[in-house]
Amino acid sequence: MNKLASSRPKTIDQVKASLPKRHLSEKVFRSIGLISIIISLMFLFVLFYTIVSKGYTAFQQTFIQLEVNFDERLLDPEGTRHRDALSTADYGGLIKASLSKLFPEVTTRNEKRLLYSLVSTGAAYQLRERVMDNPALIGQTQQVWVPVDDEVDMLIKGHTLRDVPEAERRLRDVQIAWLDQLEAKEKLALKFNTAFFINGDSREPELAGIWGALMGSIYTLIVTLILSFPIGFATAVYLEEFAPKNKWIDLIEVNINNLAAVPSIIFGLLGLAVFINFMSFPRSAPLVGGLVLAFMTLPTIIIASRGALKSVPPSIREAALGVGASTMQAVYFHVLPLAIPGMLTGVIIGMARALGETAPLLMIGMVAFIVDIPSNILDPATALPVQIFLWADSPERAFVERTSAAIIVLLGFLFVMNALAIILRKKFEHRW
Amino acid sequence: MTDIAKIAQPSNQIERRKGDRRKHTRIHLSRATVSRDNRRTVGEATVSDPRIHCTDVNVFYGDKPALRNVTLDIGCQEIIAMIGPSGCGKSTFLRCLNRMNDTIECCRVTGSIMIDGQDINDKSIDVVPLRAKIGMVFQKPNPFPKSVYENIAFGPRIHGLAKDKVELDEIVVTSLKRTGLWEEVKDRLDQPGTSLSGGQQQRLCIARTIAVNPEVILMDEPCSALDPIATTKIEELMDQLCTDYSIVIVTHSMQQAARVSHRTAYFHLGDLIEVGTTEQIFTKPVHQLTEDYITGRFG
Ligand SMILES: Nc1ncnc2c1ncn2[C@@H]1O[C@H](COP(=O)(O)OP(=O)(O)OP(=O)(O)O)[C@@H](O)[C@H]1O
Ligand SMILES: [Mg+2]
Repeated sequence: MNKLASSRPKTIDQVKASLPKRHLSEKVFRSIGLISIIISLMFLFVLFYTIVSKGYTAFQQTFIQLEVNFDERLLDPEGTRHRDALSTADYGGLIKASLSKLFPEVTTRNEKRLLYSLVSTGAAYQLRERVMDNPALIGQTQQVWVPVDDEVDMLIKGHTLRDVPEAERRLRDVQIAWLDQLEAKEKLALKFNTAFFINGDSREPELAGIWGALMGSIYTLIVTLILSFPIGFATAVYLEEFAPKNKWIDLIEVNINNLAAVPSIIFGLLGLAVFINFMSFPRSAPLVGGLVLAFMTLPTIIIASRGALKSVPPSIREAALGVGASTMQAVYFHVLPLAIPGMLTGVIIGMARALGETAPLLMIGMVAFIVDIPSNILDPATALPVQIFLWADSPERAFVERTSAAIIVLLGFLFVMNALAIILRKKFEHRW
Repeated sequence: MTDIAKIAQPSNQIERRKGDRRKHTRIHLSRATVSRDNRRTVGEATVSDPRIHCTDVNVFYGDKPALRNVTLDIGCQEIIAMIGPSGCGKSTFLRCLNRMNDTIECCRVTGSIMIDGQDINDKSIDVVPLRAKIGMVFQKPNPFPKSVYENIAFGPRIHGLAKDKVELDEIVVTSLKRTGLWEEVKDRLDQPGTSLSGGQQQRLCIARTIAVNPEVILMDEPCSALDPIATTKIEELMDQLCTDYSIVIVTHSMQQAARVSHRTAYFHLGDLIEVGTTEQIFTKPVHQLTEDYITGRFG
């Protein structure tokens, strides 16, 4: 034992003395992390629970079974079976006739109006479609399920309460009595709400569907992706791997970072001014929406991609350059494969933001009431979040559940997008 | 003496005892003649027929000079060893020779480095053929995160050195064999190079460098993680290669420098202190700093 060892406390004792404090701080940090995760999971759960519990009923719709007599005298008095004649015929009359047959006791004008209003106005369109598809139906009598009016739907689903005073209800007592009769005869049933998935928007909640908005979103996102993905990637790769470091590049960098923080509505104003007013692109078109959202997502994609490129160890670049690869080869063969997963994450974050963006689309007119399903990027369209906004703003009770259902569809779309990105990422990660 | 110095003392003594056991014990008898304050290069820095001819090379990282006025020739068919304490600029000098310092943002190189009648630092020089001609093994093993095969095939492929897959396979196999790695990796050519052990990675990087057949090879501590057998293998490889090519090797092992190199250059804090034949540097160093270093008296 020399002097050195005896004059100092043993290292192991010092280590031991410091252990409780170290363990404590680790424990504290772990519990903080755990608590934060639990809290965020709770919020997520509450969010999903409220949306799903409010929205799932919209995936079903009440239908009424009617015995429809496709009366030739009403549909095609001249017997020509001409398409024009068939398409303009009075299908509403068929519905009214079969309703009257169900309730022969209803005679007064006022009561008849109440009775007829139980069935959706869309029912007549459905009958017309059937007849147009198959003119042989004329003259036959068939059992047909047609959608009921949204107020009836709400009552059957239990969203409208029966025990409030009649004056505060949309449905009269007599209507409810009829419905009870129909239910007793098993003429009312909840069926899968196909209309919600294949229709465009409508003033009638029972006819309103998400497909138009979904297509609008898809077209918009395609435009966004086609523009922002290559431009963002190229910009990031150039700035990170090729650009000389000078004042100009610094200026560009600062501006890209600033752009990422610009409120999205400003991009909408830009789109309105440049694309619609100046370049006369069509209003409400996914093309303009996609352009605007591409501007908005570009900074996000560029910043995330640069981060991914920065995180590739410089030794990889040196190794490639060291054997005589050009910068392009080093980047293409060795840096990009390592950076692509991170870059894709950036694209996903950008696209998810674009998918959920409403404000800039309002500015360029994608908030219009559009019934038709857009069939290309120049057709007027709306987008999912805008549709949600529109429905949430509508007074009809039935739009409440449809708003939540639309949110479910939006989230589903998001999940599909993320899943695709994860699959892509996995594919790139395993490319030796 | 401070506490730290006291603690450090015993290991110093061990070092010195090791030094004593070396075969060049008589260096203690010879007295270096150039004092420690002289920072001009002593010895024969130039040769009659240089492969690379460096004159007054200065390197700065930002404003901080890392190398000052280095004038040194690399001969044909010669192995030249760079020795010196950590941080003295050996790697920096090596990286000047194939413009690798370009990749460091703040790095500035002045002076002339001539190869085949051209100045390497000339802006008009294309670095791609330059680096194909002057290969480099880095201080830290840096295999590509790709398969062992791809690691070696990459260079020959981008330079078009193989006509077909068969030729490429052959290049890969011979490169691996020459570095003594073949037996260890022949069954795992498709596994990532990063999954090899540290020493295997180092040899993989050497194999990758010689696969493109460079005319000058810069090796930055190529054997730092190798056992004596693998080291011998690499040293034999260097012996073979230098019949055609020039090799610049940085090493912290004075035995290795003494074993493989023909000439030795001693760097100290950014200055090239002494250059000479390996025999002369290790037996009759002229500069006091050189003598301090090789006898383990440095610091
Ligand atoms: N990228 C860099 N940026 C700034 N300074 C650097 C950089 N690389 C090296 N230096 C400095 O240059 C000097 C020489 O470094 P160099 O890497 O050439 O040393 P070395 O002789 O290779 O040392 P070692 O034996 O430890 O590898 C050191 O002081 C180091 O701090
Ligand atoms: Mg070094």
